[in-house]
Amino acid sequence: MASADVLETVASMRLAEYRDAAAVKEVPTRNGFGEGLVEAGKRNRNVLAICADLVESTRMEAFKRALPAQYIEIGVAEQMLVAMAAGLASVGKIPFIASYAMFNPGRSWEQVRTTMALNETNVKIAGAHAGVSVGPDGATHQAIEDIALMRVIPQMTVVVPCDAIQTKRATLAVAERFGPAYLRFAREKSAVVTTEATPFQIGKAQIFRDGGDVAIVACGILVYNALVAADELAEEDGIACTVVNNHTIKPMDEPAILAAARRCGTVVTVEEHQIHAGMGSRVAEILAQHYPVPIEFVGVRDRFGQSGDPVELIEHYGMGTAAIKEAVRAALKRK
Amino acid sequence: MESLSPARVTALRERANLVRQGIVRALVSAGSGHSAGSLDMADVFAAFYGEILRHDPARPDWEDRDRLLLSCGHIAPVRYSAMAYAGYFPVEELLTLRKFGTRLQGHPERVRLPAVETTSGPLGEGLAQGVGMALGAKLDEKEWRVYVVTSDAEHQCGLHWEAMMTAGKFELDNLTCVVDRNFIQIDGSTEDVMPLEPLANKYRSFNWEVFECNGNDVAEFVAVIEKAKAVRGKPQVVIAHTVPGKGVSYMEGDYTWHGKPPNREQADEALRQLEAERERIVAGNG
Repeated sequence: MASADVLETVASMRLAEYRDAAAVKEVPTRNGFGEGLVEAGKRNRNVLAICADLVESTRMEAFKRALPAQYIEIGVAEQMLVAMAAGLASVGKIPFIASYAMFNPGRSWEQVRTTMALNETNVKIAGAHAGVSVGPDGATHQAIEDIALMRVIPQMTVVVPCDAIQTKRATLAVAERFGPAYLRFAREKSAVVTTEATPFQIGKAQIFRDGGDVAIVACGILVYNALVAADELAEEDGIACTVVNNHTIKPMDEPAILAAARRCGTVVTVEEHQIHAGMGSRVAEILAQHYPVPIEFVGVRDRFGQSGDPVELIEHYGMGTAAIKEAVRAALKRK
Repeated sequence: MESLSPARVTALRERANLVRQGIVRALVSAGSGHSAGSLDMADVFAAFYGEILRHDPARPDWEDRDRLLLSCGHIAPVRYSAMAYAGYFPVEELLTLRKFGTRLQGHPERVRLPAVETTSGPLGEGLAQGVGMALGAKLDEKEWRVYVVTSDAEHQCGLHWEAMMTAGKFELDNLTCVVDRNFIQIDGSTEDVMPLEPLANKYRSFNWEVFECNGNDVAEFVAVIEKAKAVRGKPQVVIAHTVPGKGVSYMEGDYTWHGKPPNREQADEALRQLEAERERIVAGNG
């Protein structure tokens, strides 16, 4: 049975009515970034938005209109984007730099490591269009290695919010937290599962659902799939799942991961990323060291993406609700 | 500006000589490091710290200081030596170069030694960061200037050209790039490895104002920087022609000294030559 504490924690999340499919609102997470950035720029005039020829699709457009003096366009030059931002940060600015995750930090990794992280500058990367859910653009534009690239860099904060509202909160939070940060979001509309009343703190994982059989630890837009899978498992198989929204990949909330593993005795990780070296791998590192339990990994299995409809691609690469349910059943058998 | 007095020129030349001696001592103590480029930029760095920069060694975090970035971080010994002789830290600290626990890392790190302004070593990144700083100064309407010292070979990096294009776009007249044009790199002559000429025309076509000078003549370098500072509406580049290994006869012009230090005997010979040169400078015969 769940302790009263856990139930209270779940209730305190003040989630939206995600169980009623007809009532679920769908908004791209990038919209939350755009809104959060304008607010961050109004709160602090040292916040700059710098874009590499993707102002509309990264949702920097509203910032450009509202705060033109704090907006800089540098064209298709992602290494420049990072290094110039590091220079601006070292003279007191708080630059948010936006491109597709595939190009920044995909193309600019060494500049991120040297000029942002080793140099301890206050630059924030907004990685748009992450994951295979980018859709028709195909594999060249689908970043599914970016979490791995960013989480191995010392000093870096890595946040993958679960919906548009949380992306806005995360944008404001990284603006106020000194240091290099990577914020990852997606292109397509996705379910809004949090509300304005849902708390958010970098480094603090959130229990969105309680259950004692299997802990599903998810991040990004797949948190919704994890919640749906958990409800269906309860109804169809009587399996009770905890669902953790593990939005901060670095620094990861180790106590929350350990608590979920202790409560359920087995874990399924869910991310729109290669299963190698991503969020789930970090969970595995923590559990292998402190509390080994069986783990199943849901994510892209060492393959590249391709063109297609976002939902079709999520299904094809094994990240749909059916795949999550299958992983949960497999995890349960291994307990 | 008035041209430098003969006494001032002599003082700067002596400073450059001492900076060279500091480089040799630091390199032989470290047992590794880059000799040729460090030695050839001694005059430029002596001029920066001794004459050009608005700075205060006692207040390296002074907000209104000029920013001097070393993009080609591998010639850190020249910067460290020039900083030591300018009073940023004791000259003896140069002997900690590249040793465990030192502030004088093999390639400069801002977190360990903030006065170096930025972390550098991976080539082609300095100008891009300098563009960011210069743009920051413009946004805040600050008077301080940004100087970026680059090697010639790092012009083979794509990012440097992105930075050149961006500086042109934003008309960063508070930014001066200094190119150490010594024509050498690890694998040989720059013109054999990947030709850079006509370098001046390349800068002009990116909307930069171009100056050239003898980078081993402190007075000429100070004078050309004064001209660069007077330019409005454009970033400026000073292509400083230098002799790799300058000041040490057996290193001068030899690209194989790019990435290695002298051994003890070679260092003793280098210091003998440099000290003799210093005596000539002070006596007015050099």
